[in-house]
Amino acid sequence: MKYIKAIGLALFLASLVFFTSLLFLGQFRLTDAVLQEAVSEEHYPILKEELAPMMGNIYNTNFSFASDFNNYFGAYNDRLRMEEQYEKVIWDDYAFSVTKASSTGFVADNKLLLLLLTIIAGSLGALLYVLPSPRHKTGGLKHEGVYFSSLKSRGWLGIVVGTYLIAFYVLLYWFAEYITNWVLLADPVSVVLSGNPASKWFMYGLIYTLAILVMGVRMFRKYRGNKYQTLRTASVMFFQLAFAFLIPEILVLFNRPWHDFKHIWPLDYTFFFEYRVENMLSSGAIGMFMLIWGILLVIVGVPLMSYFYGKRWYCSWVCGCGGLAETAGDPFRHLSNKSLKAWKIERWMVHGVLVFAVVMTAMTIANYFSGFSMLGDATGVVHQWYGFLISAAFAGVIGVGFYPFMGNRVWCRYGCPLAAYIGIIQRFKSRFRITTNGGQCISCGNCSTYCEMGIDVRWYAQRGQNVVRASCVGCGICASVCPRGVLKLENGPEQGRITDIPILTGNDSITIHQTVRI
Amino acid sequence: MSDNPEKSTSKGRKIVFIGNGIAGVTCARHIRKRDSAAQITLISGETEHFFSRTALMYLYMGHMKYKNIKPYEDFFWGKNRLQLVYDWVTEIDFEGKTLKLQQHDLITYDILILATGSVANKFGWPGQALQGVQGLYSYQDLEAMEANTNSCQRAVVVGGGLIGIEMAEMLRSRDIPVTFLVREENFWGNVLPKEEAQLVNRHVLEHHIELKLVHELKEIQDDGTGKVGGVVTSTGEQIDCQFVGLAVGVSPNIALFKDTPLETNRGVLVDEYFATSIPDVYAIGDCAEFRKPVLHRRSVEQTWYTGRMHGETLAYSLTRKPVPYHPGAWFNSAKFLDIEYQTYGVVPARWGDELQSLYWEHPEGKICFRAMFEAETKVLTGVNAFGLRLRHDFFDKALRNGSTIEEVLARLDKADFNGEFFDKGYLQDIVRTYNEQFDASLRVHKKKGLFSFLRS
Ligand SMILES: Cc1cc2nc3c(=O)[nH]c(=O)nc-3n(C[C@H](O)[C@H](O)[C@H](O)COP(=O)(O)OP(=O)(O)OC[C@H]3O[C@@H](n4cnc5c(N)ncnc54)[C@H](O)[C@@H]3O)c2cc1C
Ligand code: SF4
Ligand code: SF4
Repeated sequence: MKYIKAIGLALFLASLVFFTSLLFLGQFRLTDAVLQEAVSEEHYPILKEELAPMMGNIYNTNFSFASDFNNYFGAYNDRLRMEEQYEKVIWDDYAFSVTKASSTGFVADNKLLLLLLTIIAGSLGALLYVLPSPRHKTGGLKHEGVYFSSLKSRGWLGIVVGTYLIAFYVLLYWFAEYITNWVLLADPVSVVLSGNPASKWFMYGLIYTLAILVMGVRMFRKYRGNKYQTLRTASVMFFQLAFAFLIPEILVLFNRPWHDFKHIWPLDYTFFFEYRVENMLSSGAIGMFMLIWGILLVIVGVPLMSYFYGKRWYCSWVCGCGGLAETAGDPFRHLSNKSLKAWKIERWMVHGVLVFAVVMTAMTIANYFSGFSMLGDATGVVHQWYGFLISAAFAGVIGVGFYPFMGNRVWCRYGCPLAAYIGIIQRFKSRFRITTNGGQCISCGNCSTYCEMGIDVRWYAQRGQNVVRASCVGCGICASVCPRGVLKLENGPEQGRITDIPILTGNDSITIHQTVRI
Repeated sequence: MSDNPEKSTSKGRKIVFIGNGIAGVTCARHIRKRDSAAQITLISGETEHFFSRTALMYLYMGHMKYKNIKPYEDFFWGKNRLQLVYDWVTEIDFEGKTLKLQQHDLITYDILILATGSVANKFGWPGQALQGVQGLYSYQDLEAMEANTNSCQRAVVVGGGLIGIEMAEMLRSRDIPVTFLVREENFWGNVLPKEEAQLVNRHVLEHHIELKLVHELKEIQDDGTGKVGGVVTSTGEQIDCQFVGLAVGVSPNIALFKDTPLETNRGVLVDEYFATSIPDVYAIGDCAEFRKPVLHRRSVEQTWYTGRMHGETLAYSLTRKPVPYHPGAWFNSAKFLDIEYQTYGVVPARWGDELQSLYWEHPEGKICFRAMFEAETKVLTGVNAFGLRLRHDFFDKALRNGSTIEEVLARLDKADFNGEFFDKGYLQDIVRTYNEQFDASLRVHKKKGLFSFLRS
């Protein structure tokens, strides 16, 4: 058992190192044919001229190629700006597509092999590492040594991993031209699924899905015997694999718009953007279905499901962000901030983002129906800012990159507008609650510590009060880790859901005297 | 001023607690809720802030850090005007209503509440003062344990009770081999009936803890440097070890009251209003001993829950009107390694003909349920559950109302507190067992499907 774990870890680390080193391998060569393929017809002649100094040169690193490209390309645009010929400025982002198309040599020639040796081997290694059962094999949940682990308690290993993740996201969102080799690796899979070469988002989706699957298996091991944990983990694995990864690509294969049927506005903040709506409207019956389904989810599906089951039906059973948080993020769940101050900040932030998303969408729709006479391009600027601040910086860089620093639900807690929306329903109109078992709490703090949403569960439990909180994603971990069987996630009548018991069950001294007095 | 007898009930009265454990803190919180003028001071030399003693083990095991086991954030105390004094009280002048502290100035009080908790028992074994020999009660004990087990090849834990098994689990979490000496024939044999106790025995062995039943500690040996080098048991067996955990119970912490007029026995003697022999002085929690214990309960109650209830009740008496201590049905819980335990009401370790017992155990031997009831009336007296979670409110009511075993079994699904999707088959198994054992024909509820929660 020990050896399997060690081999797994070694394989994972070796794959990770190799994967990272790929960024420094391969060759890049811009040719006429490549350029013609990678850029639009309109821009081809211009860029051919501008990039002439690069033509035919062999670059030995991704970095030198992309920076040369950015220099020449940027110089052209700068010149036009100086000359105030704004209409000629090229806004398209060609750096990534040209760099990827120019890749030749080692990486481009061995995509499948390298995919196996890096991403697939890494996943296998991770799987070997998580598969062997924990030491005692006696059942029960083990959190032993969590706070002695450098990775899990913001030690140097945690800092390294967090930094790596942050760097990954920064490259992915804003400097994708430097990671074209990674994207190339995903080509073979993408071609099989949709017939197209991989985009950076496909590569990301592949890694993301694998992370959920592999770490989902870890959840099965860690919480075995706990059916709630097992089922909801299986559920997020399924929804990620089928709904977020496979079905959208298959839609593309059949010339339909890429669509994730479980992605709900306002988390799917572009849903009502003009290009999305037009895309759906022009895709026949299935497109129409996408549009109606998406709207129904927002106005009927979410309120109804959340009324019956609470936020959890989405956040810890279906959602992709939640899926990653609940699997890959599980080792970091205790790092969430439990202070009252954090709760205050959370409420301002998450509802602020909700307002931002709603206002932006309202503007967009109004603008659309007024034939762009109302706000013109202003909505485009708002879209860009939202995309940059909320979607990329917040959900991506901070949301996942900060796992080892602030826990696995930073985005869900402070930033997700859908979570804010469902949270309001859960708080005020839902059958869901976490019931506290009378007076059995010993205030040990396991529940609060392992609550990824930073809810001070103990605060409620130790006063015999049920936990009814907007942010609770119903992961059920608090109930699993409680050593005294105090907490139970339940759906039930709204009456008696929120309790305030002055004296806990088990002490009749005061209740008896109160009744005597009446 | 302090000799003014009116002072203890007047506005702005000075209420001082010695001890900031669950008993003292609960009492102080409840007083503050109903009396915003009182000046409340909590003194403790152990830690500045209240922490959960029950969670000490989780620090050692790396589940949590110290800040996680503090039930209230540090700002809480200031916000609620609960003044904290981090120091040891060294002397009490009951006449002058004044406390002497190690570092701080004198503190006067109108009302003094003693909530000093317990100390770990040591029974005068040869060698018990050696380095590496300790109990586990205080935060300082935990720090000592951290240091004492630093390079430990084998540890011996003495005492088959709740703290003993916790210590064994703690040590095992660091891969330290553990020998566990239990005086009784089974683990916690003076509290648990045989079947339950043996269930725990098996589980202890499964965790590679060397369980030695009917073994007592006779002597602790010096390794020649003032540290523990081994122990000798009552059977004459010698075991090499570098750490000895003494978990043979706790006693009220009353050293401070020796040679004072305060009446003590094992603990500070109190009536049902927690009043001691001295006016305006009360005692609650582990350190109190009832002159007349409540029926079916001990005179010294040493649990978290009772400490809390003492605090709740005394606070009510001091702010509304005096009420005697009147706990409901007994309840308790623990976790034996991986197996959770809950109990409600009275389940004795041994019983005579006046009681009958329904016992069901899962074939895998890690889950069990016992219900005790009066032979004549079938009225339920208590239940034990291992590996199952039961609803406190359900049993609190059933026991108070004098429900019979059959009434309880008929509604057993309402008592279930296990997580969703937990296999509820055990409910029918229990009823079936009852039918077989007592030749009854209670209806066995249909097994609910996996997705029955959809209909709930
Ligand atoms: C390891 C362990 C695990 C336990 N687990 C459980 C459990 O699972 N369930 C359960 O019900 N119970 C459990 N208990 C028992 C429970 O913790 C105690 O019953 C409870 O904490 C007693 O509370 P208290 O307020 O009476 O006293 P304490 O919590 O002991 O508080 C008394 C405080 O007063 C301080 N003090 C004493 N003398 C002075 C002085 N002269 N000057 C200043 N300060 C002083 C002490 O240092 C201490 O901080 C456990 C106990 C231990 C040790
Ligand atoms: S309160 Fe419990 S169920 Fe809710 S998010 Fe926190 S740990 Fe999960
Ligand atoms: S984990 Fe359980 S016993 Fe511990 S504080 Fe939370 S509810 Fe209370």
